[in-house]
Amino acid sequence: MEDQVIVGLEVHCQLDTKSKLFCGCSTDYRSDGPNTHVCPVCLGLPGAMPVINRRAIEFAMRVAKALNCSVLEESEFSRKNYFYPDLDKAYQITQYDKPLAEGGYLEIEGDEGGERKIRLTRIHVEEDPGRLVHMGNAERGKYSLVDYNRAGIPLIEIVSEPDMRSPREARKFLNKLRATLEYLSVFDSEKEGSLRVDANISIRGSERVEVKNITSYKGVEKALLFEITRQKNLLRRGQKVDRETRHFLEARGVTQSARSKEQEHDYRYFPEPDLRPLRVRSWLENIVLPELPDARRERFIAQYGCSLNHARTLTGELKLANFFEQVVKADPKRLSTLASTWIADTLIGELNYRGMSLDRVEPAAITGLLEILEKGLITDKSGIEVLRVMLDQRLKNESCEPPAAIVARLNLGKTTGDTGAITTAIEEAINENPRALEDYRAGKGGAINFLVGQVMKKTRGKADPGELNRLLTESLKNKGV
Amino acid sequence: MAAHTLSFDPDDRYNAFLTTCSRAEYGTGPLQGIAVAVKDNISTAGIETTCASKILKGYIPPYDAHVVGLLKAAGAAVAGKTNMDEFGMGTTTENSAFGPTLNPCDTRRVPGGSSGGSAAAIAGGMVKMALGTDTGGSIRCPAAFCGITGLKPTYGRVSRFGLIAYSNSLEQIGPMGRTVRDVSTLMGIIAGHDRRDSTSQDRPFSHTLNADITGLKIGIPGEYFGPGVDPEVASVVRKAIGRLEELGATTVPCSIPSMQYALAAYYVTCTSEASSNLARFDGVRYGPAPDTKKPWHEAFREVRREGFGPEVRRRIMLGTFALSSGYYGKYYAKAQVARQNVRTDFTRIFSDVDVIAGPTMPSIAFTLGEKSDPLSMYLADILTVPANLAGIPAISVPCGKVRGMPVGLQIMGKHFEDERVMDVAFAYEQAVA
Repeated sequence: MEDQVIVGLEVHCQLDTKSKLFCGCSTDYRSDGPNTHVCPVCLGLPGAMPVINRRAIEFAMRVAKALNCSVLEESEFSRKNYFYPDLDKAYQITQYDKPLAEGGYLEIEGDEGGERKIRLTRIHVEEDPGRLVHMGNAERGKYSLVDYNRAGIPLIEIVSEPDMRSPREARKFLNKLRATLEYLSVFDSEKEGSLRVDANISIRGSERVEVKNITSYKGVEKALLFEITRQKNLLRRGQKVDRETRHFLEARGVTQSARSKEQEHDYRYFPEPDLRPLRVRSWLENIVLPELPDARRERFIAQYGCSLNHARTLTGELKLANFFEQVVKADPKRLSTLASTWIADTLIGELNYRGMSLDRVEPAAITGLLEILEKGLITDKSGIEVLRVMLDQRLKNESCEPPAAIVARLNLGKTTGDTGAITTAIEEAINENPRALEDYRAGKGGAINFLVGQVMKKTRGKADPGELNRLLTESLKNKGV
Repeated sequence: MAAHTLSFDPDDRYNAFLTTCSRAEYGTGPLQGIAVAVKDNISTAGIETTCASKILKGYIPPYDAHVVGLLKAAGAAVAGKTNMDEFGMGTTTENSAFGPTLNPCDTRRVPGGSSGGSAAAIAGGMVKMALGTDTGGSIRCPAAFCGITGLKPTYGRVSRFGLIAYSNSLEQIGPMGRTVRDVSTLMGIIAGHDRRDSTSQDRPFSHTLNADITGLKIGIPGEYFGPGVDPEVASVVRKAIGRLEELGATTVPCSIPSMQYALAAYYVTCTSEASSNLARFDGVRYGPAPDTKKPWHEAFREVRREGFGPEVRRRIMLGTFALSSGYYGKYYAKAQVARQNVRTDFTRIFSDVDVIAGPTMPSIAFTLGEKSDPLSMYLADILTVPANLAGIPAISVPCGKVRGMPVGLQIMGKHFEDERVMDVAFAYEQAVA
């Protein structure tokens, strides 16, 4: 049997509240200078005391409810003590033996197909530490600057059971989790550093390794792939895997053993004496969950006739799902089939190629393009060309032409009815490729496809495929084939 | 706030103050123009606040503690910051990085601690009232030793926001004064809810003192008059309680068996919390800067080694040990059980009596240097720590002298019955006046 891979994740997400977890400082610090969103509380000044942000707890409760966790009757905050310059109080206020919620699960599409339940261990709330900025280089003295703007940003840590069996499943878990948090309006995945992951990974029967410091969705898959290879190689050589903590070096795509000192931490947890225990289970009754990704996926299949895969892709990101519904809003019956293919396959591909965000695309512009396509005025090939022009104009911040104007300017209208142009192109194609004609006579089916391609090239893709086929067959017949 | 200024330039021969504000501003209100001294572990915007520690030398808080804001709003002039045992860790005020405070009743003796500076400032006639803090007796002990009055309020009655934490779950800011009336006035200013302190309660204090204690039932715990308590002190306190009986109170003997573990529970809890609270003093954000040429983890150790005094280092080490994995269950968790037992004992006793009375301290003020052995100093807290473990109010009021030194009568009450303990102290004070 193939070595079985076992993966569990600890996911830290910043909750998208307006103020910090224990003080009134704004969380909107990313575009401001260092140490501008701070006060005595989040700087850990002597005498300052934490006050729990009700909203942050409510956000965490939404997550707990959506992930089917059970909220503890009484949970409490504890201090995790360690020295580090980015940790203003030299302890982090977190939750330890009485977390906000326990249990629960998240369903993902398993590698073997079908839905798989990934069980959750717990969800707890904690504060983010500040951030160090390392300066200097090898020649000049190294020093570090510390920025406490991030200190006190609310985080939830979601801990899974070791239920994932591949890096792909881990990636899917994260994507699904991200989508769920976004649907709950508690998380903004586009904010830099809003998600951090520690992964536990082992090959069944050998020791478990914790990989820390993964900061991107792709990073998780990369880090795990590297670890699996490393661990399998060790085992193959008859060596053993050490139980240890490793750091993921994103730039190099490798994991590196943490210094052994870092692994000997004794955090000396004890209950935070400045905060009262949380008794919030009754809040659950008042939390009304929005439509979540799974429900929306099923609705997209039922309401818009999307394929399972398209529905999965479209509902896998809140923005994308909203975008889709915007696009088809005008006339769902006519547009939805076309829209699911064009958005889930074509548009995403073109955006990724350009490193472009969906935010920059107007749903109305896509609706316009789809309407032209739906009326059969241009071919799919021309449609892609129009889309590319639209995106490039957006990317360059040029004035954006409506799709119809692009079709007209580039003269991409289907040559339907203009049989003359197609007939001329067919004549040329046949004359220029006598070999193809011979092949066709010899009964080689591929030859006709080759000729279709040649004609398409000459008409720059504008020929209606149905019409072209008819005219070409006629023409060949006339040649006495 | 109208800007008047008070010229405050006392002859501080007792080293009661670490900082004096020679021109203290004040506004209008019930405390208009009254000089109030503030213990140096309470944050004062713009005034150096050191906790009597070298590690905070030069630290000027950018904000006022909640109580300081209330003082200012009441028109008081913050006259200065008083000396204390470093971070509140001590019973004599000898553990100050800036020299000991002397007892105004006898300068060869300590004023008690840790709010020794506040007590000496009052006893020495420099101020009428002062703020102290009480973690295990730090208001009541110096009040008893210096012959003044001091209240440790019910836990949660006074906001701790701005109090530089030593042991969060035990300590309270409280009023100290020459008379019960002064203490009551000051308590009226500082008590009440503050949303910045999540442990604070919405129990403001607005009380007219009442000396009529007819029918009051007083519990007299045997442990407060047992071995370890100076017989002369015990005798003076018994006489004072007799006085209360003459005023119409009845007494019943009672017992607090959990006191056997009270000191241990107290020292494990306060050192544990302190080890965490004091970890932030690493030289990164305030206080003496570390040597930046050294790697950070070496530099911050050096800052701490040099910045903390020996008693603080000892308590940090004790607390660190008590919270360590493998020992947490044996020490910290056990201490919480013992603490719960103390609470249960008080609840039981208070189902039968209104207040509990006994000596504040087992002896009169020590001579300077007398308690050089830390353990014997810890033992001196035995009669004060139970109120902190239980979170109940307790007052110390002067009740006579032994060998020329003041003795304190301690009255402990039910949760949020600070008014009642004050009334009892007031009744006594009026009777002997």
